[in-house]
Amino acid sequence: MEARKNIVVKNRTGLHARPAAVFVQKASKYESDITIIKEDQEVNGKSIMGILMLAAEKGAKITIIARGDDAERAVEELSELLMHDVELNADNKNGGKTGR
Amino acid sequence: MTDQKHYFSKKKQIQIKGIPAAPGIAIGKAHVFGTENIVPQERRLSEGEIAGEIERFRKALKQTKEDLIGIEKRISREIGAEHGKIFNAHLLVLEDSVLVQEVITRLKKKKKNIELIFSDVLNKYISVLSKARDEYLRDRISDITDVGKRILRNLIGLEERNLEALDEKSVVVAYDLSPSETAMMYKSRVLGFATDIGGRTSHTAIMAKSLEIPAVVGLESITDMVQNGDQVILDGIHGTVIVNPNKRFLEKYRKEQKKYEYLEHELIELRSLPGETLDGKKVVIAGNIELPEDVASVISHGAEGIGLYRTEYFYMNRKDLPNEEEQFNAYKSVVMRIFPNYVVVRTLDLGGDKFLSQLDVPKEMNPFMGWRAIRFCLARPDIFKSQLRAILRASAFGNLKLMYPMVSGVREVRQANEVLEEVKHKLRREGIPFNEDIPIGAMIEVPSAAITSDILAKECDFFSIGTNDLIQYALAVDRVNEKIAYLYEPTHPAVLSLIKMVIDNGHRAKIPVGLCGEMAGDVSLTMILLGLGLDEFSTSPIAVPEVKKIVRSIDYSEAKKIAEEVLTFNTGREVQEYARARLRDLIPDLAIELIPDL
Repeated sequence: MEARKNIVVKNRTGLHARPAAVFVQKASKYESDITIIKEDQEVNGKSIMGILMLAAEKGAKITIIARGDDAERAVEELSELLMHDVELNADNKNGGKTGR
Repeated sequence: MTDQKHYFSKKKQIQIKGIPAAPGIAIGKAHVFGTENIVPQERRLSEGEIAGEIERFRKALKQTKEDLIGIEKRISREIGAEHGKIFNAHLLVLEDSVLVQEVITRLKKKKKNIELIFSDVLNKYISVLSKARDEYLRDRISDITDVGKRILRNLIGLEERNLEALDEKSVVVAYDLSPSETAMMYKSRVLGFATDIGGRTSHTAIMAKSLEIPAVVGLESITDMVQNGDQVILDGIHGTVIVNPNKRFLEKYRKEQKKYEYLEHELIELRSLPGETLDGKKVVIAGNIELPEDVASVISHGAEGIGLYRTEYFYMNRKDLPNEEEQFNAYKSVVMRIFPNYVVVRTLDLGGDKFLSQLDVPKEMNPFMGWRAIRFCLARPDIFKSQLRAILRASAFGNLKLMYPMVSGVREVRQANEVLEEVKHKLRREGIPFNEDIPIGAMIEVPSAAITSDILAKECDFFSIGTNDLIQYALAVDRVNEKIAYLYEPTHPAVLSLIKMVIDNGHRAKIPVGLCGEMAGDVSLTMILLGLGLDEFSTSPIAVPEVKKIVRSIDYSEAKKIAEEVLTFNTGREVQEYARARLRDLIPDLAIELIPDL
């Protein structure tokens, strides 16, 4: 089974470090293989290094694809994570800001 | 002859400027921590060795995981759970199946030893990250390097370099420190630390703050300039390191250190108290900020608002222009966090010594007097409007005042207000809320604006005096030229007259007048500025408690007398000496010797 969803990253800090770590932890709980595509880049959604390489900032358009038995649920939950302007992690000592 | 003797017997004093990472002052011997560059030897593998090599890799990963869990537990227990969490991300790197698979595939293909293959793969990732546009993302390199080195050490069988083994209390100097190394400084003999690399959002910087170890990062090449045993002063407040300081500097900083400790103690008491003189005159003591995260420091130092939010930082170090949404979110978060107090947002002040990389702005002969600040904004309404929209939208969420920089006459205020009206009109049509009565102020930093402040006052809701530029324009002293630095005198009678003129003109028009230059944080001048009738002092958060302390220790009537007195003096030097003497009488602990500033 395959499920996919196109989303715009709404999370304020994009897919960086902490958010990326939370994403990877959640993704790893699913049986399905998770893939994220941004432009012409495709990475494994269970790999923190891969996700960091994407450098998906707020406003980035990405596609989440899951292949496996729990594909639908995986795509729903994972896209949910990135579509809200909330901190993904209660621990926000960094302020999650990008220091610009 | 004496010169030569001096030359041979003394090492030269060097000052290096970096990024302040954790406040405090450390004075002591340097302990240079060698760069830990693990360069693995290359070794070819025979077909039969490959399986064993992969097994070694798996073992090293397992060992590293155990090490990390141990460190995480220790740090969570001794420093705090939120710091232990840093290692969560480290663990994920370790368990990254893509990374592990890539290493194994490459090893099988290249048939070379695992140490070499692993560092090649890691370096590939690091080089991609180092090109990231985002500072926060770039700072993650140190996290990845940290894990990578751990794995390599376990593969090669190297001991971790250890900060706990220092023989005496020292200032640690290193190319970089990993978060775990920083964490190990806890209860060790580290007085402070200085590193070549690192930014404000690196874990090392964040952790140094909670460990209360003074730190300066981003010094670029400090490891080349310091030798083991050199005496160093580390000023984590201003981000300066002085190597082999002369006696004068040493004395100055010993006093600064004492002052800092005294203030740390006083801070707790002062934080919740208002800026009010003994005889009941109230003034606002506010903080200056550059980034939304600076609000925390403003609040913790007991500032009663933000007198200057510099918005340039948004536009620097990037290739594109910040969009409206990004700015709106930042302004909104500041407005909401400082509420019910106010924040003065200054519109873009680019030019002079700070310029945009993404805009093609020609080099100028006299950049400080050139195409900058409000002049630039009026010429680029596209950029200006997007910022004004963001500011106006944020004004709906609290107490926001808008300020134009580098105004030289009332026409510029009118022109800027026309643009503002256009933006307001559009927002109204779109039904987007904003504060209709948003206060508009002018930054008074050009002598012509100071002299015509009576005219400006009729069309402004407040003034803020920007002394850094006002002094350089009034005295014709380029503040970045060291040869004439001695002429840069905040107490010059001309400067004091201009300040008085602006305050008086403001008060005649019944508008408040603040001061947001470095002068506001110069404690020897607080009494004078207070006596001249200043309504708001806005300074770097770190100076807020000192200024507040002085304001709370004096009668306004007394400050007025002091101001009247100094206005009769003929030179800036006399004013300085008099002011320092008065401060010494009032609060001896705050008085410092007269040494030219850094």
